[in-house]
Amino acid sequence: MADAAADSRLLPSRFADWFAAQGWSPRAHQLEMVARAQAGRDALLIAPTGGGKTLAGFLPSLVELAGQPREARRGVHTLYISPLKALAVDVERNLSRPIREIGLDVTAESRTGDTGIARRQRQKVHPPDILLTTPEQLALFCAWEGSRLYFEDLACVVIDEIHALHASKRGDLLSLGLARLSALAPGMRRIGLSATVDDPDVIRRWMGCGDRPVDLVRGPPGAPPEVDLLLSNGRTPWAGHTAQHAMAEVYDAIRKARTALVFVNTRFQAEFAFQELWKLNDDGLPIALHHGSLAPEQRRKVEAAMARGELKAVVCTSTLDLGIDWGDVDLVIQLASPKGASRMVQRIGRANHRLDEPSRAFFVPANRFETLECQAARECIAENRLDGEPLRTGALDVLAQHLLGCACAEPFDEAALLAEVRTAGPFRDLSAADFDLTLDLTATGGYALQAYDRFRRLVRNPEGLWTVRNGETARRHRLNLGAILSPEMLSVRIAQGARLVGGRKIGEIEEGYFEMLDPGDTFVFAGQVWSLAGITGMDVLVRPARASDPKMPSWGGSKFALSSHLARRVRRMMSDEAAWAVLPPDVNEWLGLQRRHSRIVAEDEMLVETFPRGRRHFLVAYPFEGRLAHTTLAMLLTRRLERAGAQPLGFVCNDYALAVWSLKPMDEVDMDDLFAQDMLGDDLEDWLAESFMMKRAFKGCAIIAGLIERRFPGEPRKSGRQVTFSTDLIYDVLRRHQPDHLLLRCARQDAAEGMIDAARLGDLLARVAGRVRHVRLDRLSPFAVPMLMEIGKERSPGQAGDAILAEAESELIAEALA
Amino acid sequence: MNAVETLGLNPASDGSLELVLAGEAARLLSSGALLLEGYSALVVADLHLEKGSAFAGRGQLLPPLDTRETLRRLAADTAAVAPERIVFLGDAFHDHEASRRMSEDDRQVLEDLGRAAGLVWITGNHDPEPDGDLPGEAAEEVRLGGLILRHEPQPAPAPGEIAGHLHPCARIATPRGAVRRRCLVTDGERAILPAYGAFTGGLNVLDPAFAGLFARPPVVAALGDRRVHAAGARSLRPDRS
Repeated sequence: MADAAADSRLLPSRFADWFAAQGWSPRAHQLEMVARAQAGRDALLIAPTGGGKTLAGFLPSLVELAGQPREARRGVHTLYISPLKALAVDVERNLSRPIREIGLDVTAESRTGDTGIARRQRQKVHPPDILLTTPEQLALFCAWEGSRLYFEDLACVVIDEIHALHASKRGDLLSLGLARLSALAPGMRRIGLSATVDDPDVIRRWMGCGDRPVDLVRGPPGAPPEVDLLLSNGRTPWAGHTAQHAMAEVYDAIRKARTALVFVNTRFQAEFAFQELWKLNDDGLPIALHHGSLAPEQRRKVEAAMARGELKAVVCTSTLDLGIDWGDVDLVIQLASPKGASRMVQRIGRANHRLDEPSRAFFVPANRFETLECQAARECIAENRLDGEPLRTGALDVLAQHLLGCACAEPFDEAALLAEVRTAGPFRDLSAADFDLTLDLTATGGYALQAYDRFRRLVRNPEGLWTVRNGETARRHRLNLGAILSPEMLSVRIAQGARLVGGRKIGEIEEGYFEMLDPGDTFVFAGQVWSLAGITGMDVLVRPARASDPKMPSWGGSKFALSSHLARRVRRMMSDEAAWAVLPPDVNEWLGLQRRHSRIVAEDEMLVETFPRGRRHFLVAYPFEGRLAHTTLAMLLTRRLERAGAQPLGFVCNDYALAVWSLKPMDEVDMDDLFAQDMLGDDLEDWLAESFMMKRAFKGCAIIAGLIERRFPGEPRKSGRQVTFSTDLIYDVLRRHQPDHLLLRCARQDAAEGMIDAARLGDLLARVAGRVRHVRLDRLSPFAVPMLMEIGKERSPGQAGDAILAEAESELIAEALA
Repeated sequence: MNAVETLGLNPASDGSLELVLAGEAARLLSSGALLLEGYSALVVADLHLEKGSAFAGRGQLLPPLDTRETLRRLAADTAAVAPERIVFLGDAFHDHEASRRMSEDDRQVLEDLGRAAGLVWITGNHDPEPDGDLPGEAAEEVRLGGLILRHEPQPAPAPGEIAGHLHPCARIATPRGAVRRRCLVTDGERAILPAYGAFTGGLNVLDPAFAGLFARPPVVAALGDRRVHAAGARSLRPDRS
């Protein structure tokens, strides 16, 4: 508790009265934020959920506005930016209460992509004191001719859930928007808010303006969460990802809770768990489903029912990682692998928004490796050791988009703009040469030939400043900006009558999903079984089906890879027999079997097993570095094994291990050579250049840089996702004729970071160099069982499939233990 | 009788596919050019030269490299098969102004081609007026024995016709996944050639635009990375977006 005299200096009496009327006293970090603001300092506030974080972010602005007569205010005073539209709207509602009750003459309004045109127009003419919006709306403001006038009196910008924004292209774009705002309003303060931050310094560097320091303010630590493993009768399966074995216990836990959030990692798992829970739901509990493919109206309905306290549980994916507060949630259940400690803290924080009571959570491991992972995550959370993301280097395709936006707003001087861009954290080390290349990309497409001089999008005006070529260019830019890319989505609609006519829309699914389905095939979506009737244009037409064993192809893997921090914990836990004591008996026994039948290696070593099975030979390696890095590694290993004459046939990967099978034995392969670090040279480059991942990455960069447009003026929004030209054709031509083109460089970087995890693979190879422990076995090991179970399981995880899998699994286990 | 039997499909070691069209021997190169061996004629459809610069004029700065890439392919094909003539099956240029936007280097490549073989420009809908500065001669259609070469396919079955205009593409599905490739489509009586230009997209052969052109279910010859692959109607899938 801060002392009262200091309080009164910081808080005007009507604020203090309001706190008192609520039966509260202002929290130390709330007052601290006011004090920092009055000293003109930027600040990052880290406070647990339920700690009055949002109010702390706005309190300095409210205090300042309370002392300003309305006529003295000109533009927006405080700009609030949230990663979610819904959050901006929710904060608008939450702010209105203190404003009203304190009796402040302050207006606060949200503005998102869903805000009506009339309100947006009015906001431009009569700016509210506090404007609540999203990064994309800020980018639009930056590309508006009126931006300088609108923001020149801006006093403060508040960035909420900052941990969810900074390490992405969206964050790059936002950082450039902030640089612009600081240029327009040099006195502007920046405030960042977050509940879960591993490394505050990374975020402070990201959000700071140039060398201006950002103060760190911490709220009180909340009560540590209570996290337990839910072990179904003490038995965890050897393999699998669905946690089907534990559903009865999960249901029971939901029944006993007030309100539960059941988190899963993929939409497939969400659909599966939802179905399984409803099979058990004899009490008819209101259990709902929420994931990114459901129609927005459907999701809004679930959120509203949740807010009204009408639901017992929601099965959800990362779509509910962030969001508005639901006071009633008292239990969080994580089904299957947690993947990383930070995400878990975020998810667990969705339960119990009171500081003094611990949040409660269950982890439900779906297999024995996941038991290790869940235990490791539990320890990380208890020690508050979160996984961090390094400071990003800003993407140049995003910079290209920003430069065009700046030119749409007003003519710019390139030296001044370079200096401004360098005040954005991710772009602080931007070289003048790269800036010039990016400016040329924006202006002419960046081609070595000067063919496009007459088609420039940017031209120099008589004063030597860069400006946009014409109004048409500006209009098209505003339609296409943003750094969020979504895959091509097809609408799922109920077929009407015998003819293929689309009716009510029930959601959206990625185009690729339907590659595997033929008309008549059944699948589960939005909690029901459907049969595919046909596909017309952008619509997938379905009919309700009653199939009890729907064909349910795997629906994308988890997009999250096991964090390196958690992976290290798992390796350490496995290598240290003394640490096994905390693990459940069945997992303990399994580790013991592995030691007896194969080998347990030290934390910094890597185990590789080779063994024959059927008419094939297998190589299984256990790097524990996440599925992405493993997939890249397996791809490169197969190339090497091919050259070595082993005739590899295929491979499979998960977060823990990878398995390659071949026609010829691999027992005599020199494993130190096989895993030598030089595979990251030519082998990687050769493979990457031809891979679909580069083409996909290139498409993303071409869209963000504005080389290819998603939308044309006057086109309906609906068809807007399709690009107007095949980027694969451009990729091929550029690669042949201008291999040093800037966008190829951007694509290479994106693919290396996001799709193949090249950095992590490099770390892995360096870590295990000279420490590969090769064990030649005459049959598979206990650890190898789950890997072999992964093979071929993709196609039919329905009920019949499960029976087959169970049978196959027991055979495999018997074989390992024979 | 089914189309596959009369087509005499025969993959050659260089990746091309030999086939018989209306009784005449032909060879589809993996680049998408069709060689009519009996007439020493290399036929290429829909080059759409300067498509990149046409988009640039409307504000989308696609690479100005398509003409160079397309002509490079054509020069390589010409060097490999040494035809007496090269027949452009219409829409060689993307628009009326296109030939005037060509770079000097690209124009030089075209002139070299004109010295290596006789160039015949069949007029298409994008380039109705032949450009007087270009080497070669213009024609509305060309007859070679029983074959008739024109830009736009006639609406009814037309034995012996070799046309372009539609930019046929096939989406071919296997249990391992689906791929989409440019293709020649034929029933053995007539053929529609794939677009040859580096920036030309494609229209799925299951599109209604192809309906009624063939007397029996056609076969496609799809352009893979290194060779031409034949595929029948059962492997074809409509586009998904």
